[in-house]
Amino acid sequence: MSNKTLTLALMDPPYESANSTTAFRLIAAALQKGINVNVFAYEGAVALPLRTQVPHPNPIKGTTAEEQHHPITSAFISALFEAAAASGAKLDWVNCGMCVDERGATEWVDGVRRGGPGDFAKFARESTNTVVIGTR
Amino acid sequence: MAKYLSIVERAYHGTLEEQDDTILWISHMVKKAGPDVTVLLRANAVNYAVAGQDASGLTFGKAALSVPPTLDRDVEELIKAGVAVCVVREDLADRGIESGELVGGVTPIGRREVAGLFDQHDQVWHW
Repeated sequence: MSNKTLTLALMDPPYESANSTTAFRLIAAALQKGINVNVFAYEGAVALPLRTQVPHPNPIKGTTAEEQHHPITSAFISALFEAAAASGAKLDWVNCGMCVDERGATEWVDGVRRGGPGDFAKFARESTNTVVIGTR
Repeated sequence: MAKYLSIVERAYHGTLEEQDDTILWISHMVKKAGPDVTVLLRANAVNYAVAGQDASGLTFGKAALSVPPTLDRDVEELIKAGVAVCVVREDLADRGIESGELVGGVTPIGRREVAGLFDQHDQVWHW
């Protein structure tokens, strides 16, 4: 396992841009290499791990949710935690608490914890580097 | 002491709802947590440093935004907290903003100096 740690700061909510997908790919690649990953989810990104997300059907195609395999970001995040466990790397995902409160986005998949900017500062200090993926 | 450069480019995005700019806010919070932080305002965000902004008066029916954002004062508070605030000089000029219109303590720098500013920091956060 690597002794490197990568921090990502994310801002985008789910289903609004490809930034979240890019971030998940970076996280997965890092974990696969045994690199520890910290995520600071800020503003809309706190909705990424919401456990209340449900797949929906596609009425245009006439497909059910099951047939459509509609993706939900919380399932991706659970898979990232599983990937971390498998590789022996650590994934630490912090949802900004004030961002959570103003959105009522309080129910998350296992592994996600509440924190704040102080956690982000600590993450940055203890990481090999930090990747900021802000809202554009 | 770690030094971080926080670059703000996108301006007035959700500032009414948030009553501030989220990146100025988190930069201030990170500074309070210990590290040295510099904020670079570029593109439309250079306007955050213009003194005398007034975003008051917004109402939707009977609902009023009674505490509007005060970005210029937030910049001043950042500086008071020990955060160096720089603005890109050419971005000011492109928008017809004179340096005399800025709040005190803001440092205009040229585009050619931005790379050097990067070198002075351990991490660069381009939000």
